[in-house]
Amino acid sequence: MLKPRYRPLILYVLAAGALILVAIFAPFLTPYDPYVQDLQGALTPPNAQNLLGTDRYGRDVLSRVIMGSQVTICASLLLLAVITVSGSLIGAVCGLKGGRVDTILMRTSDVFLAFPQMVFAIAAAGALGGGLFNAALALALIGWTKYARISRALVLTIKKMPYMDAAKMAGTNSVGMLIYHVLPNIAGPVLVTAALDIGTIIMELAGLSFLGLGAMPPTPEWGAMMNNGRSMLQTSSWVVLAPGAAIFITVAIFNLLGDKLRDILDVKK
Amino acid sequence: MMNENILTVKNLRVLYGENEIIRDINFSLQRGEIFIIVGKSGGGKSTILKSVAGLLGGGAKIEGQIFFDGRDITNLRADERRKLAGAEIAMIFQNAGASFCPIRTIGAQIFESVAAHKDWTREEFLRRARAIAKNINLDENVLYEYPFKLSGGMAQRAGILAAMILEPKLILADEPTSALDAVTQFSVVKELMNLRKKYGVSIVMVTHNLNVAKYMADEIYTLH
Repeated sequence: MLKPRYRPLILYVLAAGALILVAIFAPFLTPYDPYVQDLQGALTPPNAQNLLGTDRYGRDVLSRVIMGSQVTICASLLLLAVITVSGSLIGAVCGLKGGRVDTILMRTSDVFLAFPQMVFAIAAAGALGGGLFNAALALALIGWTKYARISRALVLTIKKMPYMDAAKMAGTNSVGMLIYHVLPNIAGPVLVTAALDIGTIIMELAGLSFLGLGAMPPTPEWGAMMNNGRSMLQTSSWVVLAPGAAIFITVAIFNLLGDKLRDILDVKK
Repeated sequence: MMNENILTVKNLRVLYGENEIIRDINFSLQRGEIFIIVGKSGGGKSTILKSVAGLLGGGAKIEGQIFFDGRDITNLRADERRKLAGAEIAMIFQNAGASFCPIRTIGAQIFESVAAHKDWTREEFLRRARAIAKNINLDENVLYEYPFKLSGGMAQRAGILAAMILEPKLILADEPTSALDAVTQFSVVKELMNLRKKYGVSIVMVTHNLNVAKYMADEIYTLH
């Protein structure tokens, strides 16, 4: 039987899983083609045919929100995977090797850390030119530093732990040390940071799209959809509220999941 | 054969760069002997143990010779050292709680040292671990616990169990009682004495507690 403390986690995992499934199978779930315009039916309020109404070109908002999940969630998760793995790897190498490798990589990360993250991303995305890929690249350029810092600090601490000496005295080889002692001990904090970061990354990607530096029209992306509907907030609020609510719900679910994961992975609780 | 020396240290000198940590260390101990090293803090007591255990960091330079069971182990290759570690020479740490990885159970970690040397099944391991646990008055359920759940005395006994699981010939104990209260100290000392009686193991122990040293030692080595 499942321990009670795991139950909320299961709930959040199911919710996050459902979101990811919707994102993957989005093309099959949309009630209408999210790209087809119908100017006569533009800005129809939510009704039985269009559950979330239509936008200024008469496109079904629900279909665009569903389709937008694919762009937003998949791009965010992919981006997160890239910066988590690359950042942690760089950090672990710095922590284990030390010396010149450590100095060069860490000073490089210091340079990136000197910029406010979003400002740097806007500048980089602007310089690279718009588009979702460039927006993600801009965020990746600065995002890895955090994971490099975290995993380096963790590896440095773990290296000095008495249990590393004890493992050596137990006859464990270096691969065993890495698998049994180093990786499990840095995985918890890194995974939790990543889970808590999903929300931030979704918002940053949506933010860049909102500023016109991310997804290009007619690609349905939540941030871009909000930007397009911004001027109609008072007259046709559903155009903005639907993608806004989608961002809110998704970010909330992934944040709750990250929080719960942190509680569960902390064996001291 | 019983009078043969298990450990002989000759003219041991350890340097970190230009910094000399210890020099002219000479001693030997026989099988089943308890050898205690005393001396002031920072005098290099632990360095002697670490030299024997092969735990000195990369920056350290060892001169002189260390013979274990008739074999020179002063500068062993990593793979040769791994064969000795745990199986023939084991170590009990000052803070036994911290010598276990915090996110895995005690049993899983002790099994790790078994898996590195023997092909015992899990059942075989548990049978032997329970037998040793019983001998050192340790509740066998400790095997299923995480390190942070153990009291100081339990953790130290778990450390002794981890060191004894492969029945090594030599145990190095680095101030195993210094973090404990007087009552627990006494019981740990008793368990260490029992180890020799039951398993015939030799012990090199570092301490700054002269009472413990006097009570346990066959021979006391004072580090100046």
